[in-house]
Amino acid sequence: MAGGTKVGGRREGRGWPLLSPAVIVLGIWSVVPLAMTLWYSTRYYNLLDPGRHFFVGLRNYDLLFSDPGSLTAIANSIILVASVLVISLIVGTALALLLNAEFPGRGAARLFAISPFFVMPPVAALIWKNLLLNPLNGLLGWMMGLFGLPVIPWFSTAPMVALIIIVSWEWIPFATLILLTALQSLDSSQIEAARMDGAGPLARLRYIILPHLGRPVAIVVMMETIFLLSIFAEILTTTSGGPGDATTTLTFLVYIRALLDFNVGGASAAGVLAIVLANIVGLFLMRSVARSLNR
Amino acid sequence: MQRSFLSRLTGLAAWFAALLIAFPIIWMLVTAFKTERAAIAVPPLLIFKPVLGSFAAATAQTGYLSFALNSIIVSLGATLFAVIIAFPAAYAMAFRPGRHTQGLLIWMLSTKMLPPVGALVPVYLIYRDVGLLDTRTGLIILNMLMNLPLVIWMLFSFFKDIPAAILEAALVDGVNTRQQMQHLLLPLAAPGIASTALLSIILAWNESFWSINLTAAHAGTLAAFITRFSQPEGLFWAKLSAASVLAVAPVLLFGSLTQRHLVRGLTFGAVK
Repeated sequence: MAGGTKVGGRREGRGWPLLSPAVIVLGIWSVVPLAMTLWYSTRYYNLLDPGRHFFVGLRNYDLLFSDPGSLTAIANSIILVASVLVISLIVGTALALLLNAEFPGRGAARLFAISPFFVMPPVAALIWKNLLLNPLNGLLGWMMGLFGLPVIPWFSTAPMVALIIIVSWEWIPFATLILLTALQSLDSSQIEAARMDGAGPLARLRYIILPHLGRPVAIVVMMETIFLLSIFAEILTTTSGGPGDATTTLTFLVYIRALLDFNVGGASAAGVLAIVLANIVGLFLMRSVARSLNR
Repeated sequence: MQRSFLSRLTGLAAWFAALLIAFPIIWMLVTAFKTERAAIAVPPLLIFKPVLGSFAAATAQTGYLSFALNSIIVSLGATLFAVIIAFPAAYAMAFRPGRHTQGLLIWMLSTKMLPPVGALVPVYLIYRDVGLLDTRTGLIILNMLMNLPLVIWMLFSFFKDIPAAILEAALVDGVNTRQQMQHLLLPLAAPGIASTALLSIILAWNESFWSINLTAAHAGTLAAFITRFSQPEGLFWAKLSAASVLAVAPVLLFGSLTQRHLVRGLTFGAVK
């Protein structure tokens, strides 16, 4: 904690009445759903079979891990998250470097570059599904035709690629924005000094700028991973997890089990798996944020 | 001379890249002003007579206005409650930090690690039993919970920027905590509170998971409207684009206002 923020040397006990509403609300939110999901995950409970509701031990987990569909879902989640991370970091870094330069209308250009972030997921998905990627009337299909490239029915032949394109478009702005902010905090005199010493643009990028981006990149990776593991509306509005289970991620699997199959037990077991995955990533995020608190 | 040419080239490249990223949104906007026939024309029409028919058709869609109203009520309601709960908490942690403050902050952040899908089953069952399914109250509660950690962190980080000496001086004058928060901190931190509220409104407005899964005819927000609209009417591109433009426009506007503080909020103060 930075010094000099204590008011009148009061004791911390005085803060509790002010803190308690937030602590109580978040306390309930962090315990009740988790406990209930854990409990349901050990039970046979299907809303379509309401009479029967009993303890089955780890059977739901057994079914979960012996079902090839759930392994596919985990693999799909990892492919989606990893691909979008790589794309958004590479494009985001390039964009941030470009937008960090001095040029006329920089503010407006920045706004354009981050605008996809503000588009709600179903709208983002539908723009791409219909207006751009549709094989018959879409803009991209027509443009590829101009270059003599074959028309690709994206959502039936390469559904995961299409999904990755859509989600990357949504998350490139996030990476750009954070990396741009980091670049702006870079001491420009340091770069100037390196330039005077004869370091070319590539050397400056390699030895000064990129090392400075280490921490923000870590933050982007962790924040995006948490959000990307929960991607849902984009899948629902484009492929509904298909064809087959080609785009069924862990999140989408829980949705199918819970709200389409009404299988509470099975959905809860998959939900627990999703929680565990998110928390592994989350741990790293919290450590890095905790470090920034101490700076 | 060479340097100015290079910087002009960089500027051009930056503008080109920025417009390329924004292009899908621009194309949606263009499509919204077309007739249905023009929207699916191949090759795509760049020059056409703009019409407002699609906007009229989209807003005349059954329930459109109530979905829009739901979006407004849910995003404002969730933000209002989140700020009311977060304000005193952030005040206490920023100006009366104790041994537990840092741990508390981290714990609050950790509640964001619960993926919505991990809470789907219990929330659905609880909501079904207490009658909160398909209600605006239900969505307000969930959006408030989703945004609360972020709102607390963001307010905390804005409060830390306010010199504690100002508040200290007031204490000497015998001002109590409530007056201190209301008459000093509120006006001092107003821009920060506004940015925080804007970000919370944006996130709640765009929230799709809970809205799609917990609502039907009554409490759905525009995210649910667009999702459902797209299923039977997916072929009406102009109408769908018009509806989408209307759903996205307010947030694009808000987003451009709060752009400066976005990073602080989204990274929980880890990047400023």
